[in-house]
Amino acid sequence: MDMTAYISAAPEMTLLGLICAVLIADLFVDDDHRVATFWMSIVALVVTLWVLVATAPVEPTLVFSGAYISDALSQVLKVTATGFVAVVFLYSRDYLRANDLHKGEFYVLGLVGLLGMMIMISANSLLTMYLGLETLALSLYALVAIDRNNATSAEAAMKYFVLGAIASGALLYGISWVYGVTGTIMLDEIAAVIAADPGLNSLPLWFGLAFLIVGIAFKFGAVPFHMWLPDVYQGARTPVTLYIASAPKLAALAFTIRVLVDGLGGLHDVWADMIMVVAVLSLLVGNVVAIAQSNIKRMLGYSTIAHVGFILLAIFCGTEKGNAAALFYTLTYIVAAAGAFGIVILLSRRGYDAENLSDFKGLNARSPWFALMMMFLMFSMTGVPPFIGFFGKLNVIDAVLSSGYPGLAVLMVLASVVGAYYYLRVIWYMYFEEAEDQAVLQASNDTRVVLSLNGVAVLALGIVPGWLWALCTQIALSMR
Amino acid sequence: MDFSHSILSILIWLPIIGGVMLLAIGDDEDTTSSRSSTMRIVALGMSLLTLVLSIGLFKWFDNGTGAMQFVERVSWIPALDVWYYLGVDGISAPLILLTTFITPLVVIAGWDSIKIRPAQYFAAFLILEGLMIGVFSALDGLLFYVFWEAMLIPMFLIIGVWGGQRRIYATLKFFLYTFLGSVLMLVAFIYLYGQTGSFDLFQFMNAPLSMTAQKLIFIAFLLAFAVKVPMWPVHTWLPDAHVEAPTGGSVILAAIMLKMGGYGFLRLSLPIVPDGSAYFSGLVITLSLIAVVYIGFVALMQKDMKKLIAYSSIAHMGFVTLGFFLMWSITAGSGAVLGIAGGMVQMVSHGLISGAMFLCVGVLYDRMHSRQIADYGGVANTMPKFAAFMVLFSMANAGLPGTSGFVGEFMVIVASFKANFWFAFLAATTLVLGAAYTLWMVKRVLYGEVANNKVAELQDLNQREFIVLGVLAVAVLLLGLWPAPLVDMMNVTIEQLVQQAGHSKL
Repeated sequence: MDMTAYISAAPEMTLLGLICAVLIADLFVDDDHRVATFWMSIVALVVTLWVLVATAPVEPTLVFSGAYISDALSQVLKVTATGFVAVVFLYSRDYLRANDLHKGEFYVLGLVGLLGMMIMISANSLLTMYLGLETLALSLYALVAIDRNNATSAEAAMKYFVLGAIASGALLYGISWVYGVTGTIMLDEIAAVIAADPGLNSLPLWFGLAFLIVGIAFKFGAVPFHMWLPDVYQGARTPVTLYIASAPKLAALAFTIRVLVDGLGGLHDVWADMIMVVAVLSLLVGNVVAIAQSNIKRMLGYSTIAHVGFILLAIFCGTEKGNAAALFYTLTYIVAAAGAFGIVILLSRRGYDAENLSDFKGLNARSPWFALMMMFLMFSMTGVPPFIGFFGKLNVIDAVLSSGYPGLAVLMVLASVVGAYYYLRVIWYMYFEEAEDQAVLQASNDTRVVLSLNGVAVLALGIVPGWLWALCTQIALSMR
Repeated sequence: MDFSHSILSILIWLPIIGGVMLLAIGDDEDTTSSRSSTMRIVALGMSLLTLVLSIGLFKWFDNGTGAMQFVERVSWIPALDVWYYLGVDGISAPLILLTTFITPLVVIAGWDSIKIRPAQYFAAFLILEGLMIGVFSALDGLLFYVFWEAMLIPMFLIIGVWGGQRRIYATLKFFLYTFLGSVLMLVAFIYLYGQTGSFDLFQFMNAPLSMTAQKLIFIAFLLAFAVKVPMWPVHTWLPDAHVEAPTGGSVILAAIMLKMGGYGFLRLSLPIVPDGSAYFSGLVITLSLIAVVYIGFVALMQKDMKKLIAYSSIAHMGFVTLGFFLMWSITAGSGAVLGIAGGMVQMVSHGLISGAMFLCVGVLYDRMHSRQIADYGGVANTMPKFAAFMVLFSMANAGLPGTSGFVGEFMVIVASFKANFWFAFLAATTLVLGAAYTLWMVKRVLYGEVANNKVAELQDLNQREFIVLGVLAVAVLLLGLWPAPLVDMMNVTIEQLVQQAGHSKL
């Protein structure tokens, strides 16, 4: 019996088994000892991580009749996603406990979401991709609504669900057109069919492609399919926002790269323009609208949209440099995003959500260390060296310039200057204003340590970014 | 002990490590506690140690070569071919010495006048010092940019946390203005990286570039450096930043950060895009002359002392850019070298003088909490020692022979005579205008009847203030009477630069 398929998919299978185990074990844990579920989930993640590393593919492996791929890209994205889900669980634990939301479902749904991400990351067929996407999306809808007595959360969940369902419909519709034209749903076969018959590169396929891009843009939250994002970021409880803001971006990136680059790379000329429009709009709308926000979660939501603009502009290049830059940017962006939401959670306490920018006032007086960490994270997102965010932007600009678009490069840096304002405002509130709220920060030591590492990481990675860029370049070169 | 092979790294990282140590020591509510005094001693010790070590730079510097000295080159980001590449020549070495000289003075000046979070204050200045030395010694484009931008962070905090009433407005304006200027320089760097495959500045200098590319790159550089210098009409952030910054912040801003712009022109614009520089030299000269004349008049009308000195800084920096870009208007002789050397001397001297002027205003502000000229009068009666220093620095600011202010201005005016009579004529108006606005301020603040009771109660300089101003006074006079060591240090480098910039890349 050929075991390759099972070995390649071992991480997903392990995770699925462990999810079931956690789900059942959680039934026997009462609310006072719910922290046991947290530790079980962490163990599940660590085991998954171990299996991931142990079954690392030497070369790209296609299994399950070609519907599933295991390669360097999937490996890096899955390891990062698993790690970040663990970080999210850790940052969330104290908050959930303090707000009577410490339910086993949070962890189980989080793990199921991770399973969905891993399936998306490894999908080599449009249908596998769709299955992974829905697994992830359904977990997210439920997570947003986890505090069912909270009207804003419920509203956000409904909005997310309805819009998400429409986007899924559009995506499926696009998939059916692509299948109709090419006669296959396997991404590598689609690429081969298009290469063999240039005549296929015509209106029917473009029509399907447009719907696929709608799906991608929705998943990423790119303008004009971004409407759900600020509302969900604001409406969801902060740990859920943290979850949505971090690991799923990796899955969205995998989705984009697999479908557009691996599958429909032959149509680069056609989709490049569409992606460019979406990316430029995201960059402008995200940065400009973020300025007007007074809610930090919403502000970071719009800032996400702007960052997505950068990621999509890297993909737009269609070059290996561009793909590597997109990967680098996404990996480094979620480090900063996780840290920033981690600090928002840190400022909250029982019955009080630190949601407004003004909650950051005087943080330097309350906790110089975490103010410093937040400053690192904000400067990283702004793209000021020596923080890692700068190198992310540098690589994207380099990719865009070497593809011959100096105008876009100038637009990107100017948008960054606009964006600088709202990140600076957070620093201004932390350092230049007096504290309104004198409460002592409540966080357990493990959260403090990981959050500190998170903050220091954006500086440390900025001082030694070379290895990560080398890794991303290597992965981009190994893609088909 | 010979540590010349790694002196630049030591000068960059020592103050930064000092800053981190200060942050680790942290602030104490009680300013007289042993923790507070340890913190201050560490701050002063680290800045003095940096100063002492930088003397090695002066001692071991070889005036006979225009090549880079004390070179350090280690691979930093191999995937992008970025190097940790440091070195100094006759242009950067004097500016590094200026930086290490001014920073301890700033630490002493803030010794007990900073009440809020002094550890963070001193840490910001030490980290800033390291980053500024980094800018002056980086020879890799990306490394240069990293230091250049990172420098904004401590300054942003210095103005925002320890500044005056409108500090938030001023510091945001400062950050966004300079950030806007420099991001386009980044695009230019990345373009050059695409052309040469490396961020090495010497590769940039050797790269053949078309006229269109040179023009665009020059504009990108011009925006970055013109904002920093600052040149008219992108100078508006400076008066706000200077007025709102704490004394130490104003001193560093005027003495060193403005020099970054001038340094950028010499290190990047002239050698990398010589034809672009030649093409736009008329524009730069025009803007410089507008700065000298128009901003001189603006300075005349100021009611706020810090604002007056800020405008005077813009006018004086106009001389620097004028001197740098004269070379394409001069057809014969050594005028080109004279102009650039004059600009360089002016940069160093302005660093000393403007720093001293801001410290003088700081001395008054600490006592009266006002910067308005109208609130003063007759200060010389109650503070004779202070008045002596302030008159000296004002004379230097006005360009009195015998002070450092004269040397640079004189060199630039002589060079501009060789270029065009009207350049010289307009530039020379500064001798009148500079004297007018500076001395009129001195008259209103220092002389006349004692204006009010507050002035009558003023205490003269304490020992700490006396040392700071005394050291600066000696430096201003020394440079004015005997500028030879400085000029010798930079001469060969400038000759080489003029040759390089005169050589078309087309």
